[in-house]
Amino acid sequence: MSVGVPELQSLADSVVEQAKPGEHIEAYVSRGGETSVRVYEGELEHFVSAQSEGVGIRIIKDGRTGFAYAGTLEPSAIAEVLAEARDNIQFGTVDQWAGLAEPDGVAQIPQKFWDEELANYPTDKKIEITKELEKLTLAADARVRAEQSNYEDGWAETAVSTTTGIRESGRGNSCYVSVATLADDGDEAQTGFGFSVGDSPKEFDLKKAAREAADRATRLLGATKPASKSVTIVLDPYVTSQFVSILSSALNGENLAKGRSLFADRLNEQVADPRFTLVDDPTNPLAYTATDIDGEGLAARRNILIENGVLKKFVHSSYSARRLNTKSTGNATRGGFSGGPGVGCLAMQVQPGNKTQAELIAAIDDGVLIQDVAGMHSGVNTISGDFSTGASGIVIKNGTLGAPIREFTIASTLQKMLLNILDLGNDIDWLPMRAVGLSLVISDVMMSGS
Amino acid sequence: MTKIQTVEPLVAPDVLERVLAKGRSTGAEFSEIYIEDKRSTSAGLDDGKVEQVTSGRDRGAGIRVVSGETTGFAHTSDLSERGLLAAAQAAALAAKQGDGGVHKVQLGDVLRHSVNTVKLSPDAVEKSRKVELLKRVDAAARAVNASIVQVSAGYGDSRKRILIANSNGVFSADEQVRTLLRVSVVATGDGGMQTGYDSLGHTIGFEMFDENDVEELAIRAAKQAVTKLSARPAPSGAMPVVIKRGSGGVLFHEACGHGLEADLVGKSASVYRGKMGELVASPLVTLVDDGTMTAEWGAIGIDDEGHPSQRNTLIKDGVLTDYMWDFLRARKESRAQSGNGRRQSYQHLPMVRMTNTFVLNGKEDPDDIVRDTKQGVYIAKLGGGQVDTASGDFVFGMTEAYLIENGEITEPLRESNLIGNGPEVLKDIDLLGNDFAMGNPGTCGKDGQGVPVGDGQPTLRVRSLTIGGTAA
Repeated sequence: MSVGVPELQSLADSVVEQAKPGEHIEAYVSRGGETSVRVYEGELEHFVSAQSEGVGIRIIKDGRTGFAYAGTLEPSAIAEVLAEARDNIQFGTVDQWAGLAEPDGVAQIPQKFWDEELANYPTDKKIEITKELEKLTLAADARVRAEQSNYEDGWAETAVSTTTGIRESGRGNSCYVSVATLADDGDEAQTGFGFSVGDSPKEFDLKKAAREAADRATRLLGATKPASKSVTIVLDPYVTSQFVSILSSALNGENLAKGRSLFADRLNEQVADPRFTLVDDPTNPLAYTATDIDGEGLAARRNILIENGVLKKFVHSSYSARRLNTKSTGNATRGGFSGGPGVGCLAMQVQPGNKTQAELIAAIDDGVLIQDVAGMHSGVNTISGDFSTGASGIVIKNGTLGAPIREFTIASTLQKMLLNILDLGNDIDWLPMRAVGLSLVISDVMMSGS
Repeated sequence: MTKIQTVEPLVAPDVLERVLAKGRSTGAEFSEIYIEDKRSTSAGLDDGKVEQVTSGRDRGAGIRVVSGETTGFAHTSDLSERGLLAAAQAAALAAKQGDGGVHKVQLGDVLRHSVNTVKLSPDAVEKSRKVELLKRVDAAARAVNASIVQVSAGYGDSRKRILIANSNGVFSADEQVRTLLRVSVVATGDGGMQTGYDSLGHTIGFEMFDENDVEELAIRAAKQAVTKLSARPAPSGAMPVVIKRGSGGVLFHEACGHGLEADLVGKSASVYRGKMGELVASPLVTLVDDGTMTAEWGAIGIDDEGHPSQRNTLIKDGVLTDYMWDFLRARKESRAQSGNGRRQSYQHLPMVRMTNTFVLNGKEDPDDIVRDTKQGVYIAKLGGGQVDTASGDFVFGMTEAYLIENGEITEPLRESNLIGNGPEVLKDIDLLGNDFAMGNPGTCGKDGQGVPVGDGQPTLRVRSLTIGGTAA
């Protein structure tokens, strides 16, 4: 993004300029704001308007690293943060690979991150949209109530400067609406949600969000607990996105270097069915998490990770790359000013197949369409590969959808699931998540119920 | 109660009064300011190296204005009078496009309510001593077995001063200190890699390490990973499950805790709505949420709305006796708050949250509970969980578990999730031990906010839970 916010860039520069002999300094500064609107039963429940800012400073000297941050950009606080980071150096262990990223000559691919219309969008229209979404949701199905209807937007400006010559700054804004629903049927209640994202509110599809929120809540009414057995599952695009996201950890070069990747020693081997190709491509503007630079300020780039089922590449930051004697793939991640960079996939994309979801389902005799999963954080171990999540969905019998089922789990291992991919849909959905969604068919998964 | 003048105030009382008055300037009936000043230190060790020591400072104020059913909220990191008045103006406008009347707010003495005693403030401890703990953890874990190939350990402490004042005259302050140590271990064997994890966290200072052995913590995590190397796939299907004391509080947190939060009940998004006075659990179960439980991870002197923490009995002998409440929900029902209004930081709105949630002791000898179980699963360590409060369906992970065969704990099992339905599982508890213990420190997520919580229970048995393994 090069210098897009001169004021923040010079603030970052002013920190870096204070480097003492032998010190390498990285200064990351940011500020931003958000609006959050929530509507309930036709009334405004809350309106949040907030601004925040902060600075994170990383200093490396003689192989030791120190870090400090503060949630303010006051000059006295920045001086204090610099002093704290410097003080923290002495406690680190010498690490011969510690260091900052260096400019690598890879050109950034310009993208549009700022929408002027969103920046100037009037407050009362934001409230109107949120009320409209609630209204549309209630109209979609008589059994549906709206627990909350939300509008959220945010803007951020960031700048990073280093003693190694990286100077990048830029700004972006984004917005979305979401609605959480409840469907009642006598004693039973089920929940659902729907959302829509856009560069500006005019791109929202409120009707689709309302329809999905109503469908998600009502489709599980009357669901029963299935009997345990091994089945073929079709993951709905929203579930596939979550499934693909967890692979990021196994493809992480730092995890590889530290012996924590289940793909260790598998480079150029068949780790998935040949139909499966996985790319990390933050330069694709369709991806929700698209970016032009990574968390260290290097240009974001397209990396093929798994090609026709063969493991081709791990993703790296400058640190993991130095450790493994390779080059950064532009995959440093950053969670804001309060921490240093990590490693991870930025925008994961699966190469689509050529069938619709209906066509995929038509080819299955005995299976389950998995519409939602729960407990990805507690039941999936990306080091051992053990996979087990709660799930709900719809029975597939002889190629057609049957009754809804809930309160069961699906289990296998990540290794086995990748090899058991039977087919992929052509129903690419650019969800507001780190990985794209599409329908994914996986065989021989244990369904555990009654 | 002590006067605010006795300690350095985060913001002078007369400034607070003007800010609260500004919050009501558009005619809103309630304004509140929450001020936070938090200092934290963290250190991480991985792959045998202390990677980084981090110092953090978060300071700011959140201003909430309530007009009827509408809440306006703004926050700022600028604690000057000018910054606070600007935020109050923004919150006031957000809540109501106003009447422009003049409103006056007067505060009395500040209430200081503390449930924890900090003997050794983290500020007073050299960072080198904190880093030293990590090196001890690393060494102890690696010494357990040659199969241990990786150790990662983290230390964290925080000292958070909060001050809350509102236009109803609430004026409270607290200082909350937390100290945490966690360790994760990777072991490798013929069947691939397995992991172990353990943690220790209390709302006390560095004296935590005088009272707890960090080597023991490291050894527990390492043994967990090593044991799982020979684990067989977890079973599938419904069966009796025995949960070891202090490891299954998350079951109640998910199976009913969230469902007893008044904001969810108020919107009929809880399976426990309209069940007050009814039998919702086995008569063996008495469930308590207690923010005053000294030194436990969810202990707080005051909640984040300035209300003193308290002990609330939610389920008594299986009968639902109360929900948990914050200011807004209590106001709506014209009843008292329960000290459960919490928020992640000054950048967040408060809502109903748990503190320390636990089940009181039963009468059984824990060994008898296992002996009485012919076939089933024994869970020694649970991971996180998740619940859909409207249907009551919940999951949680088991990170250390064993088969029970003929009344004996036998082979270790690989990780999996368990799934159940809250109201059904609560009624299915048929044996409750007499060996109560609190569990590991946890972070509870709700609506995008994380807050520290504790949980606990004695050893217990659930007649039937669905294990999400792969074995038939």
